[in-house]
Amino acid sequence: MSGGPDPAAPGAGAAVDGLFAAYGAPRFFCEIMKGLDGEEPTVQLIRERLRGLDVAELRRRADAAEAELYNLGITFTVYSERDAIDRILPFDLIPRVLTAREWDTIERGVVQRVTAINRFLWDIYHDQAILKDGVVPRELVLGNPNFRPEMMGLDVPLGVYVHVNGTDIVRDDAGRFLVLEDNARTPSGVSYVIENRHMMLRVLPDLVAGIGIRPVEEYGVRLQQALAAVAPAGVVDPQVVLLSPGIYNAAYFEHVFLAREMGVPLVEGRDLVVEDARVFMRTIAGLRPVHAIYRRLNDDFLDPDVFRADSQLGVRGLVDAWRRGNVAIANAVGTGVADDKAIYAYMPRIIRYYLSEDPVLDNVDTRICREPDGLQYTLDNLDRLVVKPVGESGGYGLIIGPHATRAELDEFRIKLKADPGNYISQPVINLSTAPTLCEGGVEARHVDLRPFAVTGASTWVLPGGLSRVALKKGSLVVNSSQGGGSKDTWVLS
Amino acid sequence: MGAVSGSVPGAPGSTAQAQALLSRYAENIVWLARYMERIENLARIIDVTETFTRTSQVENGWRSILQINADEAEYHASRQDADMQGVAEFYVLDTANPNSIASLINTSRENARTLRPLISTEMWTHINVFHNWVRQLTGEDIRSSRLSGLCARLKQECQTHNGIIEGTFYRDQGWYFYMIGKYLERGDQTTRLVDIKYHTLLPREAGIGSPVDISQWSAVLRSAAAYHAYRRVMPRALTAPAVAGFLLLNNASPRSLVLALRQVYGSLSQLRTDYGLRQGGIALERLEELRAALSDQTIEQIILRGLHEFLDWVQVELRHIQNDVADAFWSVAPTGQRAEPAAGTGMTQEMSGMTQSLGGMTQILGDMRQHLDTPRTG
Repeated sequence: MSGGPDPAAPGAGAAVDGLFAAYGAPRFFCEIMKGLDGEEPTVQLIRERLRGLDVAELRRRADAAEAELYNLGITFTVYSERDAIDRILPFDLIPRVLTAREWDTIERGVVQRVTAINRFLWDIYHDQAILKDGVVPRELVLGNPNFRPEMMGLDVPLGVYVHVNGTDIVRDDAGRFLVLEDNARTPSGVSYVIENRHMMLRVLPDLVAGIGIRPVEEYGVRLQQALAAVAPAGVVDPQVVLLSPGIYNAAYFEHVFLAREMGVPLVEGRDLVVEDARVFMRTIAGLRPVHAIYRRLNDDFLDPDVFRADSQLGVRGLVDAWRRGNVAIANAVGTGVADDKAIYAYMPRIIRYYLSEDPVLDNVDTRICREPDGLQYTLDNLDRLVVKPVGESGGYGLIIGPHATRAELDEFRIKLKADPGNYISQPVINLSTAPTLCEGGVEARHVDLRPFAVTGASTWVLPGGLSRVALKKGSLVVNSSQGGGSKDTWVLS
Repeated sequence: MGAVSGSVPGAPGSTAQAQALLSRYAENIVWLARYMERIENLARIIDVTETFTRTSQVENGWRSILQINADEAEYHASRQDADMQGVAEFYVLDTANPNSIASLINTSRENARTLRPLISTEMWTHINVFHNWVRQLTGEDIRSSRLSGLCARLKQECQTHNGIIEGTFYRDQGWYFYMIGKYLERGDQTTRLVDIKYHTLLPREAGIGSPVDISQWSAVLRSAAAYHAYRRVMPRALTAPAVAGFLLLNNASPRSLVLALRQVYGSLSQLRTDYGLRQGGIALERLEELRAALSDQTIEQIILRGLHEFLDWVQVELRHIQNDVADAFWSVAPTGQRAEPAAGTGMTQEMSGMTQSLGGMTQILGDMRQHLDTPRTG
């Protein structure tokens, strides 16, 4: 613990600072320079090892990693766009580190949140007590395009709707973890978590050596077990499959990866057939029963009998077989209502309602404009807030106060007053940063975190998660489409 | 399973325990194997033709490749002379030609992508790297001074592929389907090679045993990796009938027709004995007949009765076997299912493949045509 970390002091000397020579003083909460747990010795050690590398060396290793990804056919190529569909997140070599204590908070928070989401879904598709009690406005749920009336009264095994959940978490100036978004439909990205770790071990073995990092290998087994747990009762060795839209889907690489890790067949809709409300797959030995389906297909495409009649990707009769309890489907249909922005704002109240606990992880401070207080606050502070439309409208009609002109703000104020129920507002969060290899050397870039939770008989959270990094200087957008990359996420044991 | 005979010690369990292979995967495996084998054969034939035309004055050296593949019409639709530059471009680089190496590796990669859940990372990575390499080839790479080197590399990549398959492919049903596809293709390619070369090389002015004749037949043997073995086994004469006989009937030469059929037969038998997949019986019966026809007669008898007609019949039978395998393992509509509209049996790969790349589609349509042209007896 000697001599305080303050690596921020500019001009601390290139020889001493090595990799961080150009890093300077991070303006935001830095994932590796500042620790809230005092000075964790392991973090210090990792930092020292990183300092021992120079930029040229790190670049050589990054190139080796890139070449490997290219040969694996899971990376951008310079030749044509068509090949870019598999791997969309460039890999940054410098890991993002979470201490055991930090992880404990995240893990408990994620488990709590997933539990509440599953309780919420059961409730709104059965008794709707939370609506009757007025905790969540009725029309917000029942009028939501992701609410599926077909799900009413369907008793899903073990009460689990969301078997796989991704929770998007950011860190603010003070280093607090805040939930930005829930992903309860078919969250993707977990393959990067595991592939990034493999890549890290191959390319930077000297950085990893001797440091206790929680392994990420278990994911496939856990997922397989969760699916087996929800398979119809009485089946001794349930046949699990992964249902993919096929090789042209942007996440096909991940589907392959997960099928391999789970040890189950990757099937497409045309491989499955429903007879007498039972699901079978077409094999060289004839039809073989299927008991649990991890589907990576949206609700709309799942079954042309129930949803989009023109779907070529789904399986006719699948939902009927499911309703009769002859097959399990993960995630369940109709979970989209729970990860909607409108519902997100109510999540702290939903947690308290079902679990009688305070949320372990807070939401980003969110005001609900359909409530008079929230609307007033939003109108008063419009120039400092991000105001987002809820429901299906996606990014359209969003305004970022600090970046808007006076005229734009005035115009938006009118829109907001006309339909306050359609908006929520949040402060602009200065996301934490992590050192990242950039063109000019190692620089600070904003990151977020998506841990993945698997729920069968109980909920398990993969240690770490996907750390996405905004590679563009100053950018807060970590999406792959906006120049985002990913990092290996280390949870110290 | 009570049956002991024929089961391999340590085979992956009884039928009940063996993980059932998806029909779609079986189909893709067969086609992947066929396409990779086709690439190697194409490289071999281009290589031998290049040697041919460089060392002797053969009138139709390059045209014979077009004849082997029945591609003359397609070739002349966009090109004039059947010369080295044109033919090499047509078969190596031209993605508009579904039978070019560029198209075949594209289709192979698509198949491998679909099979990615099943195949090893090494296998996938190699196909991907191979594909990337072929894609960057240009007209410079097929100039006469480089063509032979290029073919050597192509052969080497296919052999690497085979080595990786051998070393990493799990030996369950999928493996046998790979073998079926590979050897069906190889048998077919060998009959085409013999058919075309026998007729184009039969002596006209120059008498049998002339230097030209001999060098050309040695080149044919070389293209089938059979030259040295032939020399060793039959040191006395290098005659057209003897070479044709060696390539078709020799039961030890790795690219001979007889050996290819034995491999297909063995794989189908294993599927039956080890996995209880009895529906391969029809294909097995047909194979038995075909093998009997080959073992019952000498090459001299075959030639006397008409080599071309015989090889034609063999090719038709090989297509039948492919269709029998398709019918048995991936084309059967499940009970109670509505029939696939207008789709004949054996066409699912072709149909599904049609959503693949345009180049792949033309290839597949070609295969479908072949398929539909085949008179069906069962």
